[in-house]
Formats: sequence, C-alpha cells, structure tokens
Amino acid sequence: MARRRTDKFRWHRKHLLGLRDLSRQEIEHILDTAHGFEQISTRSIKKAPALRGKVVVNMFFEDSTRTRNSFTLAANRLSADVIEFTKKSSSVSKGETLIDTARNLEAMGIDIVVIRHNAGGAAKLLSRTINACVVNAGDGFNEHPTQALLDAYTIRRVRGSLEGLKVGIVGDIAHSRVARSNVWALTKLGAEVVLIGPPTLMPGKVEQLPVRVSYSLDDVIEELDVINMLRIQFERLGGNPFPSVREYSHFFGLTVDRMKRAKENITVMHPGPINRGLEIESEVADGPNSVILQQVANGLAVRMAVLFLVHQAAIEEQRGKV
Amino acid sequence: MDVILDAKQIEAKLGQLARTVAGDCANADELAVIGIRSRGEVLAQRLAEMLARELGRTILCGTLDITLYRDDLNDPQGDQPPTVRSTDIDFDVTGKLVLLVDDVLHTGRSVRSAMDALIDLGRPQAIRLAVLIDRGHHELPIQADYAGIKVEVPEDKSVLVQLWDTDEMEQVVIE
Repeated sequence: MARRRTDKFRWHRKHLLGLRDLSRQEIEHILDTAHGFEQISTRSIKKAPALRGKVVVNMFFEDSTRTRNSFTLAANRLSADVIEFTKKSSSVSKGETLIDTARNLEAMGIDIVVIRHNAGGAAKLLSRTINACVVNAGDGFNEHPTQALLDAYTIRRVRGSLEGLKVGIVGDIAHSRVARSNVWALTKLGAEVVLIGPPTLMPGKVEQLPVRVSYSLDDVIEELDVINMLRIQFERLGGNPFPSVREYSHFFGLTVDRMKRAKENITVMHPGPINRGLEIESEVADGPNSVILQQVANGLAVRMAVLFLVHQAAIEEQRGKV
Repeated sequence: MDVILDAKQIEAKLGQLARTVAGDCANADELAVIGIRSRGEVLAQRLAEMLARELGRTILCGTLDITLYRDDLNDPQGDQPPTVRSTDIDFDVTGKLVLLVDDVLHTGRSVRSAMDALIDLGRPQAIRLAVLIDRGHHELPIQADYAGIKVEVPEDKSVLVQLWDTDEMEQVVIE
C-alpha cells in the first residue's frame, strides 16, 4: 500500500495524553509508524527488541480487559517487562494517592506508565509529577487517544484515506471519551464527523466541537461512509437518559433493516465490548461490513507504535542533555 | 567530495556481483534476495532482476526494516533513529539461502541488526552478505561475502550512495 511518508518529521512527545493538542502530522506519524509494527503480530516470533530491558506499568484504576491486555501484549511484543497494577489489589485501596503510588513505582525504575483513571486529567497530572513517559489509556470523560488512533488506523486501512469521509458516531456521546478522541483524530485527518444520539446523551457544549449533530440516526444513515457504534455504558449512566433500552435500540440501534438504507460499502465499527441486540444487531456485528475484530488487531500495532515513540522521545530528551 | 563510482560503474559493479552470486548459487533453488531499507532495498531489487536473468528463473525479493533491532535505539549518545517502516517479505525465509544486501558495509552493526531481524522471521539455511561498497573500519566480526568495491575510507569521512530511486542522482561519493 502506498503511504504518505513523513520522513523528515521527528516525534518529540514523551507523553501521549490526548489527541486534542496533536497536529495532523503527529497523528499521521503515529499511524505510519503503526504500519511498521503490524507484521510483528503475524510472524512466528512475535517479538522485537525495541524496548528490551525497559519496564512498562499498567496502572488501571478502572476495569478494562481489552485495553489493558492490548497494552500488555504491545509492551511484551517490544520485549518490555510489564507490571500490572489494578486498583483492587493495590495500596490505593489502603488510601494511597495516585501521585504517591506513581512515585513509589517510579522509584523502582520504570520507563513508561500507561494509566486509566475515572478522573479526567489524571494522565496529565501524572505527567507533570513523574519523569517516566505517560500514556493515557482513558481518563474520565476526557480522552482515550489510543482507541481513536486505532479507529483512524482501521478506517485508513480499509478506505485508503479519511479525507472527505463522513463518519457517524452513535450513542452515548456525553459519557464517551472514545467519541471525544475520535472527533479530534478524525476531523484533523480530514473526515467530517456526525455525532448521533438522543439529546440527553449529547455533551453540554457540543456546539463547540468541530462536528455536526443529529438526534436521528434515520435522518443521516444514508450519508455515512463509516459508522462507529458506541456501547451504552450502563455503569456510567445516572438518571433516565432514555425511557427504555428497547426504545433506545429502536431509534439508535444498528439493525439489519437500517443497514439496508446505508451505503453498500459502509464500514461498521464498535470499540467493544458489544451489547449484542442493543446498539448493534448480531448479524451486523458479524456481517461483511464489520471491521470490529480488525480494530482489535490494529489496536495492538497502534499501541506498540505509541509505546515506541514516547520512549524514543524520552531518549531524545536525554540526548538533548548529553 | 570525490566521486568513486558513477551511475555506469554502479551498474557494472552490480552486474559483476550478480554474475558471481549466480555462479556460486546456480544450484540453489531456494535463493532469496533481501535488502536492508532504504538503499539496500533498491540494490536488492536490481540484483534480484539481474540474478533472474542470469539464472533464468524468478528470484524471491524482499525488504527488511531494521529500526527496531538497532543497538543504539536506547543510547542517548547514538544517532536519532529513522522512522519505523515495514518489513516486506512475503515468503517464508526458513530454508532459504538469503542474500542480504546493503549499500555500504562500515561498522557491521546494521548487518548484525538485520541478521537478528531475519532470524526472528524464520531459520534461513544460510545468510550471505552482498554490499556495493566495503569501506573498512568494521566494529563487529562481520565480513561481506560479495563486495562491489573495497576501499579504505578514513573514519572522519562518510560514504554516500545516491540512487535514482531514492535520490536526484546516481553515484557514490566520499565526503
């Protein structure tokens, strides 16, 4: 596949906190780099020595299987050692603060911290406190940069380019850091983003985002080149944002019927885990337009690229001081 | 700046290399040519075409990206690493007689990285090294099996290979 190369470009960020502040060139550089990591996962020895002797800490203050496993495997494939840190099994349950926990881990000589936290800005706070590289694996309702990068990577892989594509993101936009990071990544790469969902699940200042908003999936389904179905996050929903799950599914679910009105080559995405029959029907999730499992595979390549790049930036910082 | 090979001489040296390799490998059904990005990639493709003509059959050809295997990746005093690019080898290297191709043999460190990268892909029957220029000053016990030319170039000078495919001209210069 022909790739636009950004050879002259140098990555210099030792933290990946979000995509909002990244330039198009930086995002493209991550995606280009990820392309080089893709084949590691397909060969018989699924390892390269790029982070040999380095230590990555997965600090997950929220439940996660997919993202955490993906980061662990990505670090392992680059030959790094990984410390798994979860809230339940740690001193956090004894009252230690995030910063103290991180400083203690850092005293053991770690190189990269991957953090997921229920408070927006947690990754940024950490990056100001410790010397190690910090990668945001989801902070509150703020950002989940590697998910959006793997979404962008998957679209680029399937469609060639994002330029001019119309991408619908459907569901609970208000509580979705995936949606927010996607908005930044996709619009910077030249796509038009349409946020779709009931008004009760739209964020407060949605008009400040560089997007179109629609409260009806049926109104826009025919225009979309890509549709990204978000999971209804029951664990985050307070109050009654919609009258019933059935009603939500009726208006915003991606059903076989609705797919008949969509473009024939529409790309169907979902960040997982899927609530089958709720936001997406099984026939659609497993159908020919679905790239849901490709997203998972691509996530690994993207996370390897991110770990590699932030670590190289840290080395680069030392070079500056030598 | 001294030109040590012009475009015509490069072509001639590659032709010579191809004929020597073809003579040595006439019976090797499993010959595969693999170039190290980026100049080695171009030279490998040219050599594979020449070998195909010499041997009268198609020759497998691939490209190896060695960035992740470099020994100065984590060295604060080392060079900045180049962008990670993809390794494009669409055949199994296990059992193959691999002709590894690079433009210049200097320290031998790229070749060491390349051998490690190759062996992570499979187990070749043998690996041979072909370079356009062997400039001496090796830092590892690595020698070229085939070299277009051998020149002793002082440490403070660098050898620059420019090829039509990647540069605006085709020549080898010392500067």
